[in-house]
Amino acid sequence: MADVHASTAAGTGVVAHDVHAHHPRQQHHFYSMDQQLEASTLGMWVFLVTEIMFFGGLFMAYLLYRYWYPEAWAAGSNHLNVLMGGLNTAVLICSSLTMALAVRSAQVGSRMGQVVNLILTILLGATFLVVKYFEYAEKFKHHLVPGVNFDPALPRPEQLFFSLYFIMTGIHALHMVIGIGIMLVMLVWAARGRFGPSYYGPVEVSGLYWHFVDIVWIFLFPLLYLLGAHLGHGGA
Amino acid sequence: MDNAHAPHVVTPIRTYITIFVMLLIFTGVTYWVALHDFGALNTPIALGVAIFKASLVVIYFMGVRYNTPLTKVVVVSGFFWLLIMFVLTMGDYVSRSWLGVPGR
Amino acid sequence: MTTAPVQEPRNSYLDAPHGIASWLLTKDHKRIAMLYLISITIFFAIGGLFALGIRLELLTPKGDLVPGDTYNKLFTLHGVIMIFFFLIPSIPATLGNFFVPIMVGAKDLAFPRINLLSWYLYVIGGIIALAAVAGGGLDTGWTFYTPYSTQASQTSVTLAAMAAFTAGFSSILTGFNFIVTIHRMRAPGLTWFRLPLFIWAQYATSLVMILGTPVIAITLTLLMAERSLGFPIFDPKIGGDPVLFQHLFWFYSHPAVYIMILPGMGVVSELVASISRKQIFGYAFVAFSSLAIAILGFLVWGHHLFVSSQSIYAGLVFSIITMLVAVPSAVKTFNWAATMYKGAITWESPTYWVIGFMGLFLIGGLTGLFLATLGLDIHLTDTYFVVAHFHYIMVGGAIMAFLGGLHFWWPKMTGRMYPEPLAKASAILVFVGFNLTFFPQFLLGYLGMPRRYHEYPPEFQVLNVASTGGATILGLGYGLCLVYLLWSLKKGQIAPANPWGAKGLEWEKTQSPPTTFNFDEDVIVTEPAYNYAGTKVHHG
Repeated sequence: MADVHASTAAGTGVVAHDVHAHHPRQQHHFYSMDQQLEASTLGMWVFLVTEIMFFGGLFMAYLLYRYWYPEAWAAGSNHLNVLMGGLNTAVLICSSLTMALAVRSAQVGSRMGQVVNLILTILLGATFLVVKYFEYAEKFKHHLVPGVNFDPALPRPEQLFFSLYFIMTGIHALHMVIGIGIMLVMLVWAARGRFGPSYYGPVEVSGLYWHFVDIVWIFLFPLLYLLGAHLGHGGA
Repeated sequence: MDNAHAPHVVTPIRTYITIFVMLLIFTGVTYWVALHDFGALNTPIALGVAIFKASLVVIYFMGVRYNTPLTKVVVVSGFFWLLIMFVLTMGDYVSRSWLGVPGR
Repeated sequence: MTTAPVQEPRNSYLDAPHGIASWLLTKDHKRIAMLYLISITIFFAIGGLFALGIRLELLTPKGDLVPGDTYNKLFTLHGVIMIFFFLIPSIPATLGNFFVPIMVGAKDLAFPRINLLSWYLYVIGGIIALAAVAGGGLDTGWTFYTPYSTQASQTSVTLAAMAAFTAGFSSILTGFNFIVTIHRMRAPGLTWFRLPLFIWAQYATSLVMILGTPVIAITLTLLMAERSLGFPIFDPKIGGDPVLFQHLFWFYSHPAVYIMILPGMGVVSELVASISRKQIFGYAFVAFSSLAIAILGFLVWGHHLFVSSQSIYAGLVFSIITMLVAVPSAVKTFNWAATMYKGAITWESPTYWVIGFMGLFLIGGLTGLFLATLGLDIHLTDTYFVVAHFHYIMVGGAIMAFLGGLHFWWPKMTGRMYPEPLAKASAILVFVGFNLTFFPQFLLGYLGMPRRYHEYPPEFQVLNVASTGGATILGLGYGLCLVYLLWSLKKGQIAPANPWGAKGLEWEKTQSPPTTFNFDEDVIVTEPAYNYAGTKVHHG
């Protein structure tokens, strides 16, 4: 559905408000598109608060055990591949940029901008997962998987580090997979011209989710990968 | 607050690129800092950088800069609640050694 | 109430559209509320059966009815089902779903499809719970403490944890829907301080759901990871800490009890105003007290860890704040009493439920202070004193409030009146049965009878028999309630739009039952809540 408002493809400005009596995408229980968008944005943020608390429990466990076992934590961190972790950090930061640009493209009515940026975001997310796969494979090879083949010669609390490593990055990766799924849906809709300056809520709230997953990684990277870096070593 | 209205501001591409570059730079900073032993400061620096990067994403990429005050309160509350969990729980563990109890 | 025969309104949300599919795929918050009502009633019955098993075993001092292992499953499943599948959803998912949109003057909640999703998640969680029951049950206590739950228990721990996780997600979706609705969908003129106190209570409850429930979700995830995948987290042999599990568990589970009571308090405010025909005394204090309970409730979880090896300093902090959290509840109780003082009290059945609530909640709340006191708690912890305390609040308080609200709003939700004499009888039966069941348990706990034991010294038998007798009467009271409410759906007198002559958008601006989109015309609010003194209220 083409959006008939004049729009700028670049540069700053305030988007003209849609004055249609009843936008076809406006749901019956809302009295305006503005109310619908604000409700959606608020809703996604409230949901993200639940995600903060969800991941928060993991960070709590991390915090306690790091307080108790600083050497095991540094040693465990040393086994992680900083290069791969750093690469993944850069990949996610790029994907946040492309995601923000995708939302912006919807706001200014650029269908091409949305499609290109959403594709890039998806590809970057997939790259993250591929790198993760190789990282995990390395851990298997080096007997660092608790409950499966953890090296008994290593000090026991290190096993706690690896439990948390796998659970934290695993749940994060699961959120990435879900995020990619959501972006695929957004891509299809964007390609069909569903979004424009008067209706871009779904892209925006999906973007919020995506950025949040990036933020979790922004904390995971230093806390998991960079603890033992100054002790030398830094790649498994 | 019922009809609080956030203007639909479109952030310029330049701003996004600037934030992106800053995020990459600070990722490099945090890596560099980790390679050196600053003693007890390593952790606060790492956390500080992470918090700064996260704030950039929240304020600019997620657009909270232009959101309603309510949204801002929601964002802050989430992180604050986590702080409650950390502080009161660690408060228990840290203070256990304060009182001499046989066996501890 | 008018004496002229009332015509059953056509085109209520119950009539159109027709068919099972229209119910299972509905987006109407009122239909979803009814779907929840049916589901939670089923789980209440199942949880009640487990309670029956417990009380039957405890008729005699010896563990002679069931083996100890089975008894462990009985009290565990009673707790898991009653808490996760009855109490937590109860008022929010039924009365909340039905009335939050109407009370704010909206046509539906902010996210109707997510509302339906929340019901499906509840049902899926329920099915998983039943699978856990069938697959060996659960014997860890509803608290799932490690390392027993992660390493030693031979029962369906992972399934049960998944069930609770899923039900929790359902509750998160309800809470998030309410928060956005209350913030962004209030009708013109409906400022925060004109809202019914039920809305303030639901809002506060939703805050707790959002901030607390994810923590139990991750805690159960960690438990499942340790048990099923072998990832050590709480395993002391590897250096893990079982007390960390307790911290994480209770960070949610304490605020969870406020999820269970706050909505009930909201219901009581509505009923007290209507019963007394008066503005609630100290409206703003009651409104803020809901928020205070929600917030302070997050700062007290350590009172469940007093004897766990938690530091004494942490214990001190948690103990003091626990005493503080009693204050806003007391504020509410005083304000309700002050509202009823010199009010024009009407003695219909909701009044009975409300008065029952106030007495029982008072006792339950006061006994919480005993448990908050560090020294006393050492003696009382893990005894029947604790069991009696929380049942006074959750059953004497929350369930009586729920039933009171159900009766009060029954005519609005179903368009039918229930038989008033039976309703009064049921309220009395429940009140008497409840006290006979649980008051002896305070005595038993004080005398030293531990909880979660299937046998006890013979000198405790008299009190236990009294308790079981009370439980039977309580069960009869609930059963009677179920019977006449169901009966009323087909045979009850048709209800007018406002049988109680109460103030409120649901009474004054919707028919009984409401139409699908609630209001015939857009709502604009110009007066405060409970404005009984202001305008003449039309009955019927």
